[in-house]
Amino acid sequence: MHLPESQARLLAGEGGEAAAMAMRILVDMARVAGTREWVAIRSAHVDGCLLHGASGVAFAERLVAGAGQVRVPTTLNVGAMDLRRPDNVRLAGTQRDLAVRLMNAYVAMGCRPTWTCAPYQAGHRPAAGEDVAWAESNAVVFANSVLGARTNRYGDFMDICCALTGCAPRAGLHLPEQRRATTRVDATGLPDRLWRQEAVYPVLGAWLGRELGAEVAVIDGLPADIGEDRLKALGASAASTGAVALFHVAGVTPEAPTVADALGQRPPRRTVRLTLDMIHAARDAMSTTAGEQLDVVALGSPHFSEQEFDALLRALDGRRSRVPLYVCSGRHALAALERRGVLSDLEDAGVRLVADTCVVVTPVIEHAAGVLMTNSGKFAHYSPSLIGHEVVFGSLADCVESAVAGRVMRDASGWQ
Amino acid sequence: MPAAGSEQAVLTGRVLVAGRGGGPLLRLEAPISFWGGVDAGTGRIIDPRHPQHGASVTAQVLALPRSIGSSSGSSILLELLARGRGPAAIVLGEADQILTLGAVVAREMGHAAMPVVLLEPPLLQRLPTPLHIDAEGRQGRSIALS
Repeated sequence: MHLPESQARLLAGEGGEAAAMAMRILVDMARVAGTREWVAIRSAHVDGCLLHGASGVAFAERLVAGAGQVRVPTTLNVGAMDLRRPDNVRLAGTQRDLAVRLMNAYVAMGCRPTWTCAPYQAGHRPAAGEDVAWAESNAVVFANSVLGARTNRYGDFMDICCALTGCAPRAGLHLPEQRRATTRVDATGLPDRLWRQEAVYPVLGAWLGRELGAEVAVIDGLPADIGEDRLKALGASAASTGAVALFHVAGVTPEAPTVADALGQRPPRRTVRLTLDMIHAARDAMSTTAGEQLDVVALGSPHFSEQEFDALLRALDGRRSRVPLYVCSGRHALAALERRGVLSDLEDAGVRLVADTCVVVTPVIEHAAGVLMTNSGKFAHYSPSLIGHEVVFGSLADCVESAVAGRVMRDASGWQ
Repeated sequence: MPAAGSEQAVLTGRVLVAGRGGGPLLRLEAPISFWGGVDAGTGRIIDPRHPQHGASVTAQVLALPRSIGSSSGSSILLELLARGRGPAAIVLGEADQILTLGAVVAREMGHAAMPVVLLEPPLLQRLPTPLHIDAEGRQGRSIALS
């Protein structure tokens, strides 16, 4: 492949062995993407710091040995350890060491130890139109959809290769024409009260991911004041059940002032009219069990924001949870809560705070099996396979009422 | 399309990662995220909601109409290949950068070169079993199946 001069120099080893290795991988991936052109990236978010086995550690440590240093501001996703409170994680000895070695390797390459899957709420907010290289499926969909930055759904390893070279193949969602919606989701027929409850957004996301795969859709009919945490929940869920890397919400997201703008002034390839039945079916598919049994409540996938903690405290209203109630978040949010003096309120309510990691990526939860309740579409999707729990999905209010009662309680009234 | 054991057929497709590999065909009936869907140690499908829950991808020619989910899929595939528990080959019906990347990095790290090829989706439905894929050629060349 013919390369522009800067990429050719890196490939030839002029930027050191790690940059050359990263460039070899990127050249292969550019071939796969069918492009000979490159974009300069402004930032990266790296997901490769989560332990999946010794192979990932060998990869990162080879880059460190090759003097790899990131060329753009780079944040880090969750690792397999809570470095702040190591006792939170029940990982066995060797795995524990590997998890920390992997996290250290990425820090040694100059990445910022943010350890969060919500970097966009930890100060890493690329501007609309900026090319970036992000991994972590929920962060990708947020960067593209809510911020209007341009990234593909990069896998582990591609993230750090882009960061070490400062470039990415010019393909996919880096190209404005690929960002146009081709499907119109018509949600205008659904009642306004449905959109007022936060739990409908991860449900809509789960439906969207199954319906679309990797297609880009524009959703028409959502409230203009929808708010960032609801868009975050929608995207994370869609990126779990599907391969959604970008969605538009008419009148809300930056590339969709109107439906026609999101569609690039062309007719949609298809229109799907959303019905209440479709929403109910998607909601019901998120739970794997019914009944009242409850063993654990887990919140915070993606990582809880400061505002979500406030909503949790309001819902708890001074009451304590009868079952273990885990909330996963990043240091950015916990530091803000600490400054405000409300961290102790959470701990007094029996909330178990997990930072730097989360309860489905590493062993945290004390019961090996049982029923886990969550308001997160992503936890609902992954918990059965990753930690072996049955799942009950509910709103934040449902989760809190259930935690306080020690049994599953769900209010169906907002779903009609 | 040849029956098992008959002579070689040449299909037009794209070689995303070159290599040779053969084994029984495992055609996924629903899309999967390798992270959260396949165990990195055993190669088994661990998602209880997947119709082929419990099946192993190890040493199979894995045909995927499309894949979904986590960007950690590359890491899971690398770990499987590093442990010698990977698929023998991957046949995609839709380009998938995450799995392809896992195979590219595995080759860079000196593990087995597992071919990844992209075929027209209808061809995925007509693949024989067992199946051997010879994708030694350069990208864009035809793919020999036998």
